[in-house]
Amino acid sequence: MTAGGAAWEQHSVVRVVPPVKPRKLAKVPFVELADGRLQGVVSSGSDISRVYVSSITAGTHGLNCSTNNNRPCGGLRGAACKHLQALVDEAVLQYGLDRVARYLRVEVADGDDLMSCLRGSRETAPAAVVFSRFLRHLAYLELPGTTAPIPELHWFPAMGEVR
Amino acid sequence: MLGVQVAELLVESPPGVDEALDLVTGFDDALEGGFGRLGEQRAAALAAFAAAMGATPLGPALAEAAEKVAAGSTAGEHLSALAGGRAALLGSVHDAELGRLDTALGRTRDSWQEPTPTTEAEADRATNLLAGCRSWLHELAITGWRGVDHDLVSAADQTLEALLAEPTLRRLAVLLDGLVAELRASCPVATMERLPVRRWADLWTRAMLLAQPADDRSGGGETVSGRLLILGVEVHEHGTAVQMQVHGVLEPAGGGDARLVRTSVAAAKVDTIVGPAVWRLLNDHPVLLKALAEHRSLEVTDVPLLGSGDLVWHDDQADAGDPADPFATARIRLAGALAPAVPPLDRHPVRICEPVLVEGYTTDGGTFDLDGDTLAVDTGRLPACGPLTPELVAASTACIGLIRWDAGRWTLQPLAVQATVKRTAVEAHNGDWAQGVTDPKAVKAEARTGDAVAVLRERAGRLLRK
Repeated sequence: MTAGGAAWEQHSVVRVVPPVKPRKLAKVPFVELADGRLQGVVSSGSDISRVYVSSITAGTHGLNCSTNNNRPCGGLRGAACKHLQALVDEAVLQYGLDRVARYLRVEVADGDDLMSCLRGSRETAPAAVVFSRFLRHLAYLELPGTTAPIPELHWFPAMGEVR
Repeated sequence: MLGVQVAELLVESPPGVDEALDLVTGFDDALEGGFGRLGEQRAAALAAFAAAMGATPLGPALAEAAEKVAAGSTAGEHLSALAGGRAALLGSVHDAELGRLDTALGRTRDSWQEPTPTTEAEADRATNLLAGCRSWLHELAITGWRGVDHDLVSAADQTLEALLAEPTLRRLAVLLDGLVAELRASCPVATMERLPVRRWADLWTRAMLLAQPADDRSGGGETVSGRLLILGVEVHEHGTAVQMQVHGVLEPAGGGDARLVRTSVAAAKVDTIVGPAVWRLLNDHPVLLKALAEHRSLEVTDVPLLGSGDLVWHDDQADAGDPADPFATARIRLAGALAPAVPPLDRHPVRICEPVLVEGYTTDGGTFDLDGDTLAVDTGRLPACGPLTPELVAASTACIGLIRWDAGRWTLQPLAVQATVKRTAVEAHNGDWAQGVTDPKAVKAEARTGDAVAVLRERAGRLLRK
């Protein structure tokens, strides 16, 4: 798409958001790089109506994990808990290692595990904000569809992804 | 599509197009830095833009807007005028290029009938929402792309949420959601190496126009019945929306000219629902999905056909009919079908998407060579929810596609191909997987990731209404 006479900047249709890779959503239904954090929601292994809200701050690598009712995660003491580990693993699947590492501002050598490169400690983060972003994310699935044409979507063609 | 028709497109641009695009580039450059701090050079570009439109009905408003923006006293009405001017300029590029394409293809196009305005007043709720959108768009324009940060992006969240809940404003909601996601992924924009300035200015402009209080924009229309022969389906998608736009030929019941039409079904989604899973979001339209997957014609009864050529889909007023080969439709029915008019607001080169049949070419996968005239193939636009791959395109002998125009260049976007793979004739259409994946390799890949839609619906059911 970048070939041809005019510069990339002068195209109406270019890919700006890198493609997201498909992954299993059962354990970690929600991951995002937003608000200066890698943040997401991890389903509890023991209680289907409980979820953990986990986040890692870009730059400082401050770690946070608590339930959606704001109880601190018992597994997070000094080292990261299994929820944070799952969050990082799924984020790497979804966005690719490079993009996650760049966002968190961490150097990951070839073959290294991203989690082991983080040097942050426990830090408070707004779990309620992350959880409400997750609920907002889920709310999209409840919006009714439409058969009225949306011509604006011509700016957003499906561009395929890594198969 | 023949070599001579391609040749006609490849000669130089219609008069005025390059000049118009230069003015748009000047405008977009100003928006990159922000209308809040133009500087001498960018103010001059904006003044040139306004001056070029001087003889149009927008002339006086644009002259005032350019002056006020340069003086640093920008008001909402000035930004609305500037958005209107940019849209009009690109509208003229659209008209010139589409006209050239119609001439090359020998395609007859219907003329636009302005619908009788509806007297229904917009609800207060919608009026307030539109005002909220405009104020965010104003801030964006004053700040400029280079100044966009997390706070400015997040400031759109509340408006956006309310907008999505209002079905009559879905077009604006889907557009803004797409723009906001791109800005969020690009934050802080100041550190970006290069910016999609044409694209973002396009999206800002259209959002500004859709955020103006207005009458019904659907474009009137009529009620029709008849047989719809499918040519192919195009997939539109961003993180939180997917739209299947079916191109076809409508044979009206009781005779009359065959018409080139589109019909669209769209659903909201999230970014982790990708690939063939998106079809599952459209299960409310089983008749349409069946016709796509099984290559059948459709009988429609008393459905609205808008002035824009959009057949408003009603699955309960349609029946899947006999098998109908899209390639046969393209060979026999496409040339004589009447093309629809383009509504004034939609006139932008990005919307040029004329279905054509191309055959008798040689290809390396990147271009189709027709007797020495080459048409570029946009293999970046093969959706992951269908079976088309760059390899199939490279092995193809016939292709149904959409002719598109972007940044001065014509391309063909494939919707279906006939190809020869290992000495066997194969066919692939974008809609082949509408009822589920049929390719064993893709079935495996899907099984590995599980049913994303089901997982998220379960989570929504358990967590949303607590």
